Amino acid sequence: MLLLGNEAIARGAIEAGIGVATCYPGTPSSEIPDTFFTLYQEAGFYFEYSTNEKVALEVASGAAISGVRSMCTMKHVGMNVASDALMTLAYLGVNAGMVVINADDPSLFSSQNEQDNRYYARLSALPMMEPTTAQEMKDMTVAAFDVSEKLKLPVILRTTTRLNHLRGSVTFGKRRPITSKGSFKKDPFHYVAIPAVSRNLHKILAEKYDQSLQLSEKSEYNRMTGTGKCGIVTNGVSMNYVQDAINDLGISDKVTLLRLGFSHPMPENLIVKFLKGVDKVLVVEELEPIMENEIRSIAQSKGIGIPIKGKGDNLFPQLFEFDPGLVRKTIASYFDVPDTSPQPVEVTDVPELPGRPPNLCAGCPHRAMYYAIKKVYGPDAIYPSDIGCYTLGVLPPLSMADIVICMGASVGSSCGIAAATDQKVVAFIGDSTFFHSGIPGLINAVHNKHKFTLVILDNGTTAMTGQQPHPGVDTEPMGVDTTQISIESVVRGVGVEHVEVVNPLQVKKAVAAAQASKDFDGISVIISKELCPLYARAIKKARKVRPFYVNQDKCTHRLDCINYLACPAMYLDDGKTMINENLCIGCAVCAQVCPENAILPLKN
Amino acid sequence: METKRIVFVGVGGQGNLLATRLLGEACLAAGIPAVVSEIHGMAQRGGIVESALVMGDATSPIVSEGEADILVGFEPLETLRALNKCNQDTVIIVNVHPLPPFTVAIGQGVYPDVDKALETIRNAVSSLIALDGDELAAKAGNPLSLNMVMVGALIGSKSIPLDGDVLKDTISKTTKQAFLDSNLKAFDFGIAAAHSPLDPSKSGIKS
Repeated sequence: MLLLGNEAIARGAIEAGIGVATCYPGTPSSEIPDTFFTLYQEAGFYFEYSTNEKVALEVASGAAISGVRSMCTMKHVGMNVASDALMTLAYLGVNAGMVVINADDPSLFSSQNEQDNRYYARLSALPMMEPTTAQEMKDMTVAAFDVSEKLKLPVILRTTTRLNHLRGSVTFGKRRPITSKGSFKKDPFHYVAIPAVSRNLHKILAEKYDQSLQLSEKSEYNRMTGTGKCGIVTNGVSMNYVQDAINDLGISDKVTLLRLGFSHPMPENLIVKFLKGVDKVLVVEELEPIMENEIRSIAQSKGIGIPIKGKGDNLFPQLFEFDPGLVRKTIASYFDVPDTSPQPVEVTDVPELPGRPPNLCAGCPHRAMYYAIKKVYGPDAIYPSDIGCYTLGVLPPLSMADIVICMGASVGSSCGIAAATDQKVVAFIGDSTFFHSGIPGLINAVHNKHKFTLVILDNGTTAMTGQQPHPGVDTEPMGVDTTQISIESVVRGVGVEHVEVVNPLQVKKAVAAAQASKDFDGISVIISKELCPLYARAIKKARKVRPFYVNQDKCTHRLDCINYLACPAMYLDDGKTMINENLCIGCAVCAQVCPENAILPLKN
Repeated sequence: METKRIVFVGVGGQGNLLATRLLGEACLAAGIPAVVSEIHGMAQRGGIVESALVMGDATSPIVSEGEADILVGFEPLETLRALNKCNQDTVIIVNVHPLPPFTVAIGQGVYPDVDKALETIRNAVSSLIALDGDELAAKAGNPLSLNMVMVGALIGSKSIPLDGDVLKDTISKTTKQAFLDSNLKAFDFGIAAAHSPLDPSKSGIKS
């Protein structure tokens, strides 16, 4: 079967008999929980979209300590959120297998940074495994549960975007029966991490580290192939590029290839054996020179003086993902073999091409709220933003994002900007992000009397990552029994006095709410409430409305619609403003913005 | 077997991910090793969507600059932008129907002249197959079947070792009944278009 890498991981978890799966969705990891979501009721395990990654990890750890196999999935920056729990969970350990899926994003396809989370394995002393193919994403998931159970430690399975989003052939294995109920056995002097207990637990973790090193030495995923004098070490997706390069260059007889799939702890004895058989070594790893430095350190301790290279001039970059051509060229030049790469075409007469950045969809309620806020606060107010579709508002002509750091930071950073400047501050945060990590910032703002406006863009779903539910969503239509939490109650509950809920598609009301927030002296919150139109369509709640058109007799070409809204359904044709009726969903915001009332619904 | 590296470029909503996946499934059905690469996240937000299919013994899921054996362009501007994936032996299959990006509407750029663009492409590579995929999809009865037209054109170009029957079988297995007829029709139109492509110098398309 052709499976997406993420589907293969989900299949692996089910073959391993998981009883509990948790997550916070985030590209490129989201299809793992989404696959669980479609399967868990039938398969008979417990699954939840958790509030954030830290909570997700804690839920999964509670289950694994209670003897139920669990999986927790997240993107790389989610691991930052979860890491507080992870570091001490490593001390506590688990009783049933627990696998943490960590999806890194080299080249930042969909992230705010490209941190290399292999460091988390070093920081936590936990085992890490790195698959290479779709088949391995399934198989290694099963194997990771076994390793975890042997060591009584959570195991981190690290992927990168290219693995999560490749599709490859996967042969299924047998399913182990699912055990979804265990029992928590009291042992406070093991599970209560007070200093006196943790000192002992740290010793235990050190012993387990030695055991994991032994497993790594023997792991089938750490293997050496070939007997040539050219040594290559690689991991993860790069293994594919290396294999293809060796075949394309026809150098398999010259190479000894060491592939590290059980990549932390690094198998020291195997590495020494490898180093002793080769003349020079090239380490092929994306992002940080982690294997390179550790192998160099092993070589130094054993008095092995051969060249060991990876990052550097004419070698591999430390930034961004690799590709097969880069790996082939670098291997060819490092080992001095002829490279047969085809040359890209040289085209000199291509004009400068217009960009095609992603844009808020036609009819997106975020665009309408941006319009209302900008109308009242103008271009000079500071607009801290957050992580979600609405971050796309950074691009002109909207230009409605001035600072984005991480999930929830719109609120915290606004506190600082408001405290440190006399500038007006209006922060934007999505509904899912608000629950994820916006609430502590808002409590801080109320308690410490910061003065700014927080706009919560409540579109009823986690839109950017694929319409997952969050605590504010009514999940009944999905056949899931959860308690829906009102954002307004939370906001009022933490003590915000000035709160308004508006439908941003009603432009006058949205502008009035923006004005009232500006006039209020203190922290104010506007909840901009309107379903994401894609989500509305998906749950069949989209209203049937007529698309709009521009009455050319009335249009005076002020272009307010295009300049202030930048809706992708609008375009200029020979200077005339036009609406693409196939894209227009009839939100009517442009009709309310047009000073000439020239935008009208199409007649049937 | 010989490796074939195929790159697909298009715009969110044109269905190139689905087309790539379908071809991957067809490879599997035909016993040809295949790996597909997708980029998710921007597909519904009007951005560029690129995917790849690598057939044969290679295991790398992505295709480097200059290394595409075939480029299937769902849109002329994006095909032009992806020319760096091609070498002089690359076969390019292009839908000549332009979808101007929003940046053009707000005056941040000019959409290139399609005829000139096709001329540029034709001069750069050995083989160019141009077709009006949107028109053929509409003729098949469903504008959303553009991706089936493009898959048909790829099969019709005979540049990969997959025959139409395997594809039709895969399409039949994976398509909702309501769209099956139009999808199969679109696929056949694509095959026919590859056999008698548009003359790029006379596409008659205005950007």
